[in-house]
Amino acid sequence: MKRLLSLIIGLLAVCGLLAYTSQSLEKSSGSTGSKVLNLYNWGDYIDPNLLTKFQKETGYHVNVETFDSNEAMYTKINQGGTHYDLAVPSEYMVSKMKRAHLLQPLDKSRLTGWGNFDQQFLNQPFDRGNRYSMPYFWGTLGIVYNDKMVKASEVQHWDDLWSPKFRDKIMLIDSARDIMGMSLVTLHKSMNTTDPQTLLAAEKRLNTLAPNVKAVVADEIKMYMIQDEAPLAVDWSGEAAEMLAGNSHLHYVVPREGSNLWFDNLVIPKTAQHYNAIYAFLNFMSEPKNAAQNAEYIGYATPNKKAKALLPKSVRDDQEFYPDQKTIDHLQVYRDLAPNIVELYNDRYLEFKMHH
Amino acid sequence: MRAVTKRRTWLYFIPYGLWLALFVIAPVALIIYQSFFDLGHHFTLGNYSTYFQSATYLKMTLNSVWYAFLITLFTGLISYPTAYFLHQLKHRQFWLLLVILPTWINILLKAYAFIGIFSQAGLANQFLTFIGIGPQQILFTNASFIFVATYIQIPFMILPIYNSIDDLNPAFVNASRDLGASNWQTFRRVIFPLTLPGVKAGVQAVFIPSLSLFMLTRLIGGNKVITLGTAIEEHFLTTMNWGMGSTIGVILIVAMIIVMTLTGDKKPKGGAPR
Repeated sequence: MKRLLSLIIGLLAVCGLLAYTSQSLEKSSGSTGSKVLNLYNWGDYIDPNLLTKFQKETGYHVNVETFDSNEAMYTKINQGGTHYDLAVPSEYMVSKMKRAHLLQPLDKSRLTGWGNFDQQFLNQPFDRGNRYSMPYFWGTLGIVYNDKMVKASEVQHWDDLWSPKFRDKIMLIDSARDIMGMSLVTLHKSMNTTDPQTLLAAEKRLNTLAPNVKAVVADEIKMYMIQDEAPLAVDWSGEAAEMLAGNSHLHYVVPREGSNLWFDNLVIPKTAQHYNAIYAFLNFMSEPKNAAQNAEYIGYATPNKKAKALLPKSVRDDQEFYPDQKTIDHLQVYRDLAPNIVELYNDRYLEFKMHH
Repeated sequence: MRAVTKRRTWLYFIPYGLWLALFVIAPVALIIYQSFFDLGHHFTLGNYSTYFQSATYLKMTLNSVWYAFLITLFTGLISYPTAYFLHQLKHRQFWLLLVILPTWINILLKAYAFIGIFSQAGLANQFLTFIGIGPQQILFTNASFIFVATYIQIPFMILPIYNSIDDLNPAFVNASRDLGASNWQTFRRVIFPLTLPGVKAGVQAVFIPSLSLFMLTRLIGGNKVITLGTAIEEHFLTTMNWGMGSTIGVILIVAMIIVMTLTGDKKPKGGAPR
């Protein structure tokens, strides 16, 4: 009994000490008070040096909280009780949040860096006139291959994945919209189709890919590809950039016939409170020098034209991550589909996963 | 006097009652409530009719039950002898601690460790290459999924069985021997029936969580094994169809009740804490 009691007291003392230390640490870094900005971002999706620089230049301290899916972020902002000043949803989620009245319009008169952006990444269907969103990064969906096991000429198109020589060799990213979308491209259909028959055909087409599919996994794909576990993967360009950094035999291809073009965007949710900090941050991040630094750190493609010009030539001309105009013209942006259509995509996709 | 004690007992019950209401009854009631709503927040029985009319969901349920059954079976086959021999050992508390030790480690970490062991360049394949078989595809197979799930569940099966063996009065075993029963007869007629409550508790502790494993199906099974857990995750996180996700949740709760009734203890005896 005595030992139990001292154990409990000990535990409480440790907890108290930890709470005190973390609080005093927070105080010294100045996260309480009005000179703050609460940023709700994907994990490891901003160069931490930029946050320090921002604080030095403007005096605003940035609190970063992270999420791992658009849906999780949506749920948290929608349920309230949070005080995020800026969030970073993907394009379809921008329209969804817009419809749910969770966003506040951008005050363009307070934005100084708008002219730095490449026109072709503005005014997209998910947010016409960019009333609510400022593009942060863009990217594609493509094929990652290992040149030790696969020749570049063998995987230039989606259809190549169906080749019988790739039996049990492909890893797919576990995302209904992207994998169904890939299948739709090979059927020469829109990645935003709402026709149940077309989606059924896309599932049938995927079922014929099943013998080639080694696994349907998520973030772990990066680790597997770096460790040579599989020669081929279908994944997003951002993930691919990290893989390429970890294994020099890996390469990334965006099939010319079409693929997804995605955007992550900075938006102001309804929960925002610190407007001066928000606009200071948006302007800071659209400065070419800072955007370029961020792009080099993250490895994704920046929509900031002037920032791109500042990147090293080897990055700028990298066909893998800044594809040529012809390829870009064939890329499709996901539209926010009605919930019952999203459900249809997922049901068909689930059936494909059950198939193998 | 009696009335006072009665009121006291009633007062003592308040914290437990509140706990049950808030953390057991309310969540279950919410899940059941949610399961009657469609995407547009209209009341409907459609989720249930979708479930029972969809070959996909029924097949998935079959899959879940089948894999949970296999996992429970293998866990049981390994755990019973282990618990039995553990009980005969000299420093049994120490050995028991070693069995429990892996449960202190987060399940995700264990899964990642197995990824390292089973991968193409992993330990298992290095061994296979060493003995001349050559590297095999181990990850993303049904066998590796069952192996890892069994490994993770084993402590939860060993503990209740061990406890029930511990509770067994050795006088019964001695009496059985004295009366001329063989070892096998003693085991079959005396030891096993008397330790059955432990096995039942173990089955409950293993079968029910196995029904809805979802991280392992992706990490180790590469989504080649799809269980109801996968579907629930997808409905709550991707399609945001909480109604359908809750419906599957209700089905799992019903499955749980069935398992509890089938393995339920009629006499509330048998020291098998869970």
